[in-house]
Parts: sequence; C-alpha cells; structure tokens
Amino acid sequence: MSVELILFYVFAAIAVISAILVITRKNVVHSAVCLAATLLSVAGLFLTLHAEFLAGVQVIVYVGGILVLFVFVIMLISVEKTVHERQFGRGWVVGLIAAILLIAELAFVVWRGKDSLVLPQAAQATESPLGFTGNSQMVGEALYTTYLLPFEIASILLLVAIVGAVALAKRKTQPE
Amino acid sequence: MIPIAHYLFLGAALFTIGVVGVLTRKNIMVILMSIELMMNAVNINLIAFSRHLGQTSGQIFAIFVIVVAAAEAAVGLGIVIAMFRNKETMNINEIDLMKW
Repeated sequence: MSVELILFYVFAAIAVISAILVITRKNVVHSAVCLAATLLSVAGLFLTLHAEFLAGVQVIVYVGGILVLFVFVIMLISVEKTVHERQFGRGWVVGLIAAILLIAELAFVVWRGKDSLVLPQAAQATESPLGFTGNSQMVGEALYTTYLLPFEIASILLLVAIVGAVALAKRKTQPE
Repeated sequence: MIPIAHYLFLGAALFTIGVVGVLTRKNIMVILMSIELMMNAVNINLIAFSRHLGQTSGQIFAIFVIVVAAAEAAVGLGIVIAMFRNKETMNINEIDLMKW
C-alpha cells in the first residue's frame, strides 16, 4: 500500500466520520467544529490530488471565511434553547430511506463504471522539475485567459451577495 | 496513483450525508452546514476528474463552486439573522409563513 493511498484513507475516514457528526450533534457549535474537521480533511484530499492551490483556497475561504461566519451567527443567536428541542423532523424516516436509495444508486453507477474510468494519463506539467509550471500557475493562466468572463461574473455575484446580506441583516430604521 | 473510483465513492458518501442532514434536521444552521458538505462532495469529484484528465478546467469549476458557496452562505446567514429577529426561532417547522 503506497503512502498516497494511506493518506487518502486517513483523510477520507476523518471527512466521513466528522460529516456524520455534523448532522447528528445536538449543539450547533459542536456541528461547526466537526464541519471544520471535514473541510480541513477535504483540503488534505485536494493535496493528494495535486491541487495545491485549491487546498489553500479551501482552508482560507471555507475554514477561515465561511465557517467563521457560521460561528458568528451562532454566537448572535441563542444556542441554549434549541439544544433541548427535538432535533429531527417528523419525516426523518422518509428522508433516511431516500438517502439510502440515493447512495445505493450512486455507488452502483460508480461500481458499474469503475473499469471505464481508467483514463489515459495525460502528460502532467506539474511533474517536470525544470521549466517548472506549478499548479497555481496553471490555474491562474486558465482563470485569466479561457475563463476570464466567468471570473468577472463571479466577482459581480460576490458583490451582489455582500449587498444582499447587508440589506437582509440590517435593522429596519424607523421612518420619521 | 489512487483509482478515481475511490474519490467518486467518497464524494457520493459525503453528498448523501449532506442530503440526510438537509432532509432530517430541523435546525436551520445545521441545514446550511449540510449544504456546504454537499458542495464539498461536488468539489472532490471535480478535482478528481481534473487530475485524471490532466486538465485544469475541473479546478476552475471548483473555484466557481467555492465562490457560489461563499455567496450562498452570506445570503443564507443574513436570512437566518432576519428570521431570528422576527420569530426568535431556528426551528424550520415554525417558519411557515409562506406555507400553503
């Protein structure tokens, strides 16, 4: 068993176990901490896939940005009251059956096609030691040439999201 | 080289855990976190295919998924705060103003 495979299994186990903890903990703060563990191990999985830039983005944006936002909102609203309530809705059996069907279907499809997924290995630019083009350089070049217009549209989406979030969360001022 | 099916199984498992969270939990914060889990599962699949095809396009798509996830989290949490200010609850069963 190679080191790569062992790393994959370690990260995958942490990701799946802490993801299950996210949806089963009663306390929302515990869920947020478990979500941090999941996101960090997914960043590790990105590293095993040689996507170093995205691993960094995952840590910075998800763990450093989105998760901190979640924790801020949890601090703003009271946690104590909700811990003692029932955590699962009335239709949880139906939801669970639907999810089991979904994973059975997905696993069957992947299992059926696992031999056809052996794709021809393209020449990896990341593995040439001289004339080095790193992962960040490749992503950056693609992002600023081929995908320039979607990149700009994404920035507008973020602007709209900022304005929308502020407008939604703002306290209504009393009309004079 | 890890077979790509490993990553696809992991993505399917994480996505299903997210679906279970959205369908069964009543706390709106946990539902938003489950949505983040599902987006991460999609990102794993995209990057696994990007690696195996030797193209960067999958990673670009993953970046856009992260952008959309950030925007969704910001707007979603804004809605949660506005909702909590009006109804003092995080239980989705009590948020039924627009239910028919």
